[in-house]
Amino acid sequence: MMRFMLLFSRQGKLRLQKWFTSMSEREKKKIIRDMTTMVLARQPRSCNFMQWKDLKIVYKRYASLYFCLGVESQENELLALEIIHRYVELLDKYFGNVCELDIIFNFEKAYFILDEFLMGGEIQETSKQIVNRSIEASDMLQEVRFTDMHAQMHLVKHCDLHLWCEHVTSVAWLSV
Amino acid sequence: MPAVSKGDGMRGLAVFISDIRNCKSKEAEIKRINKELANIRSKFKGDKALDGYSKKKYVCKLLFIFLLGHDIDFGHMEAVNLLSSNKYTEKQIGYLFISVLVNSNSDLIRLINNGIKNDLASRNPTFMNLALHCIANVGSREMAEAFASEIPRVLVARDTMDSVKQSAALCLLRLNRTSPDLVPMGEWTARVVHLLNDQHLGVVTAATSLITTLAQKNPDDFKTSVSLAVARLSRIVTSASIDLQDYTYYFVAAPWLSVKLLRLLQCYPPPEDAALRSRLTECLETILNKAQEPPKSKKVQHSNAKNAVLFEAIALIIHHDSEPTLLVRACNQLGQFLQHRETNLRYLALESMCTLASSEFSHEAVKTHMETVINALKTERDVSVRQRAVDLLYAMCDRSNAKQIVAEMLSYLETADYSIREEIVLKVAILAEKYAVDYTWYVDTILNLIRIAGDYVSEEVWYRVIQIVINRDDVQGYAAKTVFEALQAPACHENLVKVGGYILGEFGNLIAGDSRSSPLVQFNLLHSKFHLCSVPTRALLLSAYIKFINLFPEVKATIQDVLRSDSQLRNADVELQQRAVEYLRLSCIASTDILATVLEEMPPFPERESSILAKLKKKKGPGKLPDMDDSRRSVNGSTDSTHSFTDVLNLNSAPSSGANLLIDVFSESSAPPAATDVSEENFPRFVCKNNGVIYENQLLQIGLKSEYRQNLGRMYVFYGNKTSTQFLSFSSSVSSSDLNVHSKAVDPVIEGGAQMQQILNIECVSDFSDAPVLNIQFRYGGALQNIAVKLPVMLNKFFQPTEMMSQDFFQRWKQLGAPQQEVQKIFKAKHPMDTEVAKAKVKRHKSLCRDSVSQRLCELLSEQF
Repeated sequence: MMRFMLLFSRQGKLRLQKWFTSMSEREKKKIIRDMTTMVLARQPRSCNFMQWKDLKIVYKRYASLYFCLGVESQENELLALEIIHRYVELLDKYFGNVCELDIIFNFEKAYFILDEFLMGGEIQETSKQIVNRSIEASDMLQEVRFTDMHAQMHLVKHCDLHLWCEHVTSVAWLSV
Repeated sequence: MPAVSKGDGMRGLAVFISDIRNCKSKEAEIKRINKELANIRSKFKGDKALDGYSKKKYVCKLLFIFLLGHDIDFGHMEAVNLLSSNKYTEKQIGYLFISVLVNSNSDLIRLINNGIKNDLASRNPTFMNLALHCIANVGSREMAEAFASEIPRVLVARDTMDSVKQSAALCLLRLNRTSPDLVPMGEWTARVVHLLNDQHLGVVTAATSLITTLAQKNPDDFKTSVSLAVARLSRIVTSASIDLQDYTYYFVAAPWLSVKLLRLLQCYPPPEDAALRSRLTECLETILNKAQEPPKSKKVQHSNAKNAVLFEAIALIIHHDSEPTLLVRACNQLGQFLQHRETNLRYLALESMCTLASSEFSHEAVKTHMETVINALKTERDVSVRQRAVDLLYAMCDRSNAKQIVAEMLSYLETADYSIREEIVLKVAILAEKYAVDYTWYVDTILNLIRIAGDYVSEEVWYRVIQIVINRDDVQGYAAKTVFEALQAPACHENLVKVGGYILGEFGNLIAGDSRSSPLVQFNLLHSKFHLCSVPTRALLLSAYIKFINLFPEVKATIQDVLRSDSQLRNADVELQQRAVEYLRLSCIASTDILATVLEEMPPFPERESSILAKLKKKKGPGKLPDMDDSRRSVNGSTDSTHSFTDVLNLNSAPSSGANLLIDVFSESSAPPAATDVSEENFPRFVCKNNGVIYENQLLQIGLKSEYRQNLGRMYVFYGNKTSTQFLSFSSSVSSSDLNVHSKAVDPVIEGGAQMQQILNIECVSDFSDAPVLNIQFRYGGALQNIAVKLPVMLNKFFQPTEMMSQDFFQRWKQLGAPQQEVQKIFKAKHPMDTEVAKAKVKRHKSLCRDSVSQRLCELLSEQF
């Protein structure tokens, strides 16, 4: 079973947190702090797994973002790694070359996509097509069409010029 | 910043996020957030009813603020309102807010549950999924109470959509984890097992997760899943990669489902049915064969997915531990991975081999990889991989390779990362002890350990080396010589001084014949370290000095001078001062004979489980260690981590009075037993009870069963030996001032783990207030144990109820008019009063029985509060 998933930037800024068990806010903060310091301190090309208390920590970096998954000790590390990858693929499909900014500005979408994919700390649906289809179907139910929203987003992004420059490296994640 | 036009929905959210990101400082961010919070609050409180769209936007902003790490104390109600919206996105945001923010906000939980209930009943699959997700995300007990019986129905209903089935299965799994008592097992369990045959692989995957968790708790109920899982696995393993369409992940057929099925099979032993068993073996062989095939893709995802299945198959093979050929193949496969260029695979191979090393079939095969593992220890760049290599070396160690492995670990220790040093020290200490053929090697190893990594050598480690040296006379001379030499080093670790002080104090005479280590040289060597040491070490050294006085009368004067110096006699530390004063006095007044008796060599320690092992287990968590404790096993290996001067080696299990330091430091089996405190810890529990456990410590448990009739009582006392060794010269006696107590004689020996019964006959001859005391004496591992327990024989045990009508009772009551005949005490009740409970208590107290009376009594009692 997975216990939590965290997304944070190279600067240690948390971008998404998902907890699969109930925990107090204090415990959460402690875990977030431990994870960011531990993962960010790792040398490049180290292995993607660590032992932390009774959990296995599986992490991977995609461009400027670290994806970090805490799983129980009997879980399969390699598949946990692929859960991260599959989530990145889903985000990528949805946003089209997803970058950190997409997740910041559309955090609720990132949560919805994660909910379609994982549930209660287990993988719910491993088929990319099915997950994508259900995300698209729920978008069809929205009263504002997504394309409008997306256009607005780009407007904001471009106005946010200095930020845009900061994250220009973050295209084409999957090549990393 | 772009101009914001009103009513532009979620664009307002994007602008807000952009604002926050533009904030130059934390203060600016907080200011902006407070402004927004004020705005949202006024919108929520305003007269104008908000439309769903703005509500959604504001709730979403609140959520964003919360995720930034700020507290949110309002908006919950608005979020709950969104649940009943017909618009999907509003509902979705409402659920998201609740999933993230509501833990157990109990006043809202009813409203939330109501929203969930409506959506579950809506028959709209998207709404049902949202509701199920919310239950799984929050997973609170209240939700389990409300929905635990409903969800199994949804799960097995014929007309449920596949996606809802998946959600229902995982939702049930979550509830089962948080509140297993509320999830009813029932006829649905059999139907859940049949979901393994479902056509939709997503449903099968979710169901397998659920079944695995349930089967871990009730394996018998889900036995039938084994054959279905094997069948399913076999179909996946033999399928062509395109057969499973989108469930093929980078050319690997359904890796997630395969791994889950293999995990489910690990809940059970190998199938007994021969056909099924051979089918499973075939599957596992196919998986092992596939590892040798050329990869179908160069992408890392392909190899990860493929190897994930392979590792899980190996885990199953190890779990079954019954097919030698498979085990050896698994071991060879892992051996290949040990040299793989992917760090991840090397890490996993080391981890997996650790479990393989404990199987008798594959232990030898694992050992062939020793050189590779040692090499990994030296060359791996990543500390977590090196840590795994240490674990594996520890697991594969046996008598044949112990010397080499311990040597390698010691040499690695010199450069090891600080984070794992302590663990390596513990491991080396355990291996050195466990596989020591000659104890000189053991002593060398531990002294090396202290030299290389003294700071990481915990108390347990040096306690242990002393215990072993004391217990084995063949190594004492060597140990004395070695510590003497080690202490010659100009800078040596304090732990070495402790070991050196203790060992020379006991066995310094064994090397005193050599003029290079004459008594005076030994003493000067020890004393040269004295001033650099901490207080506990100095205290230990003082004890060593007084032992020297006994061993070597010729240095008596020198030592007395040292003890007499102001820095000792007037030391600011009270413990050191006391020792100096007492030892000096002892050396002056006692005759040689008395000194020789008091300062005699320490008796052997009772054999006990190494406390180092316990420490390592604590550090690594249970289940992370191969079972090392095959020889020594007893329960008194507990270590009191708060160090005490008096009990340096944690020898005496009986509580020491602590008043007489001298006796404690040199306590030995022949010392007269000190007066023990009378245990009355459990005494109050027996006021209204006749049976139970009255006393328990690490060695012994005493249980009681008693019955009383009029003035007579009979008590059965059960003595349980909790250790694995005999109690010798066991005797017990009862002392009582007011009662006649006859105890039957008992057998003087209690075997390890056995129980013995003793019968006490008690007669009450007059009223009394002091309970009798049970005194027990026995020898455990050479040490005399003394235990005194206050027996729960109180006056009320001999009370007799009397039947009378209430008017009679009150008439009598009124006759008791004299001032000394009435006592009243009013106190505040610790717990709420319950008439029935109070009545039962009074009844058990055997005082009064007439219902109406006790009823009245209880009423009176309740009125008081």
